[in-house]
Amino acid sequence: MEKRVSFNNRALPYLLLFPQLAVTAVFFFWPAGQALYQSFLRPDPFGLSARFVGLENFRYILTDPLYLQSFATTAIFTSLVTFVAMAVALFLAAMADQVIKGSGVYRTLIVWPYAVAPAVAGVMWMFMLQPSIGVIAFYMKQLGITWNPLLDGQDAMLLVVLASAWKQVSYNFLFFLAGMQAVPRSLIEAAAIDGAGRWRRFWTIIFPLLSPTTFFLLVINIVYAFFETFGVIHTMTSGGPGRATTTLVYKVYADGFVGQDLGSSAAQSVILMVVVSVLTVIQFRYIERRVHY
Amino acid sequence: MSLRSITMAAAVATAFVPISGAMAQDKTEIQWWHAMSGRLGDLLQQQVEQFNESQDEYEVVATYKGTYSETLNAGIAGFRAGEQPHIMQVYEVGTATMMAAKGAIKPVYQLMEEANEPFDPNAYLAAVAGYYTTTDGEMLSLPYNSSTPVLYINQQALEEAGVDPDTKPETWPEVEELLVELKENGVECPFTTAWQSWIHLENLSSYHNQPFATEENGFAGVDTELVFNGELQNKHIAMLADWADRGLFTYGGRGSDAGPLFRSGECALYTESSAGYAGVKAEAEFPFSVSSLPYWPDVEGAPYNTIIGGASLWVMSGHDDAEYVGVAKLLSFLSSPEIQAQWHQDTGYLPITNAAYELTKESGFYEENPGTDIAIIQMTGKEPTPNSKGLRLGSFDQIRAVINEELEMVWQGDKDPSAGLDEAISRGNQLLRRFEQSVE
Repeated sequence: MEKRVSFNNRALPYLLLFPQLAVTAVFFFWPAGQALYQSFLRPDPFGLSARFVGLENFRYILTDPLYLQSFATTAIFTSLVTFVAMAVALFLAAMADQVIKGSGVYRTLIVWPYAVAPAVAGVMWMFMLQPSIGVIAFYMKQLGITWNPLLDGQDAMLLVVLASAWKQVSYNFLFFLAGMQAVPRSLIEAAAIDGAGRWRRFWTIIFPLLSPTTFFLLVINIVYAFFETFGVIHTMTSGGPGRATTTLVYKVYADGFVGQDLGSSAAQSVILMVVVSVLTVIQFRYIERRVHY
Repeated sequence: MSLRSITMAAAVATAFVPISGAMAQDKTEIQWWHAMSGRLGDLLQQQVEQFNESQDEYEVVATYKGTYSETLNAGIAGFRAGEQPHIMQVYEVGTATMMAAKGAIKPVYQLMEEANEPFDPNAYLAAVAGYYTTTDGEMLSLPYNSSTPVLYINQQALEEAGVDPDTKPETWPEVEELLVELKENGVECPFTTAWQSWIHLENLSSYHNQPFATEENGFAGVDTELVFNGELQNKHIAMLADWADRGLFTYGGRGSDAGPLFRSGECALYTESSAGYAGVKAEAEFPFSVSSLPYWPDVEGAPYNTIIGGASLWVMSGHDDAEYVGVAKLLSFLSSPEIQAQWHQDTGYLPITNAAYELTKESGFYEENPGTDIAIIQMTGKEPTPNSKGLRLGSFDQIRAVINEELEMVWQGDKDPSAGLDEAISRGNQLLRRFEQSVE
């Protein structure tokens, strides 16, 4: 039976909700409203004057083939980051779940990268993989492996995906591990008695029971790859070479803060907001149906 | 120390605090936001301390705000919030943006006039000041750190390849011959470059008296259009692409990211700003020489002068007249021959006044440090033409990013040199039109 909490004081629930609502209003609704407003203007950088241009900013970016290209780049980047970060985390969690001795140490070590700021993560990976100063790049060169993210777009994409996914593995790991530990031991034991091997037990029992966690992480990782990977891209490739790693968020930055074109930048933010909202709605409507809580 | 004496000391210390606080309040504070980090930042701080000690009316507070781009953004955000500094260091590519922001800036010539500060625009090197001066001869911002591209040569690499280490190729065909020879004699990376757009398109154009953009490179109006796909630029970029293909040229990244390739001894020849001198001198464990930027001998009258990079000081509007007097005094102080000569010798930036140049010459600095006068000779050797005065383009930082993107595709072999340049121009022109709309 569901337990219902009732409040005697009518004001109390609002009071309790207030901090969260205030944070949402100040850090989401207000800036989002500003972005929407700015997207209809063509201001000069210093804000001395602004002209209302209607949908001109949207027309400008949506007819720009390079903007549409950065959609494709973002789709590839996001899929790769989400897949790699979740797959590696799932693997590590499955392994850590079976560790008996010193599991605390493993867990702590795997969680560490989450505390690293994106820009720092980017610089750190650069030290390993930058062709002229990177340690790993040096040995790759000795082995005759062609590796040049400065000019090769695919290498550069691999580089930013690696660094972005690495940072997110920790977070995913925590959730997967918690999810696995919540799987009733009796189910696994019963399956083992029935003769199911480790592999089969994982895919037919543990993985399906993890589906709420997997779904939650899918949403979180997509949002992460969309918005929070800016620091990694900025420190590692600046969106290059060519435009190989210019994602939507990076383009918002480049147009707004390098080009001082705030109108176009605001319009792009609005589009980005719509894209992420649509993605989230799709996920909840279609994918959530296959999730068993 | 007994408890009592500690208490005494504390009492004495607190007694003095209000007094020194009051003294600080008597001084007019002047905020200067800049983008000089590391050693350059220290040298800037020394200038500020020297100024603060030289008088007791003004207290200059210099604050590092990150890269050039970040400093400009901080200044813009500050202005929008009504908290702009008095002085902002803005890189040369931000010049058009600042000039267009008429209500946000106080032109330097006007500031000096209003503050009754002696100011002679002709004291400044024409090739430097011209970049920040209107076509009517009004100086809008004060040149601070200006440099120009030169060629650095690793003499040890030349010697090991059996080439005379004093070789200084003057023209691009000569450079190519040298690179081929180096490559044949085992040099992995004969050539690399920093700032590809600045050196191999912007300076290439001015050095050969070719336009980079219409309307006198943007000096005559914001309706300017990019035109750097002429015969010369096409030939030059095609040459570099060919070098990249033959392994003569190794691309080392945007900005000055290729620096480590030269300073570690991996690459033999390197085109970079004259301000890179201090870094090369500090890090390179091999003898090197500095030579003027190579040119194309088949262009009539070449070489003309190269143009500057670096930054200038912009005075922001919205402060008290009394504070502006202090700002004017600081600008005079920074332009004084001693300060400028010291800055020039410490950093490799150009001396911004003729007097500072003369002073450095007299001190014998150029004889002791061969190659340090190449930049200034290269810039002042000829009277600047409308094509070699400088560049004044809106959204220029982003145009450079576009050029970087297109050139990277050319070096990779994904695009023909001419297609890359054409594409860079059409994308750049779009940005220029957006800028034009925003300032109209």
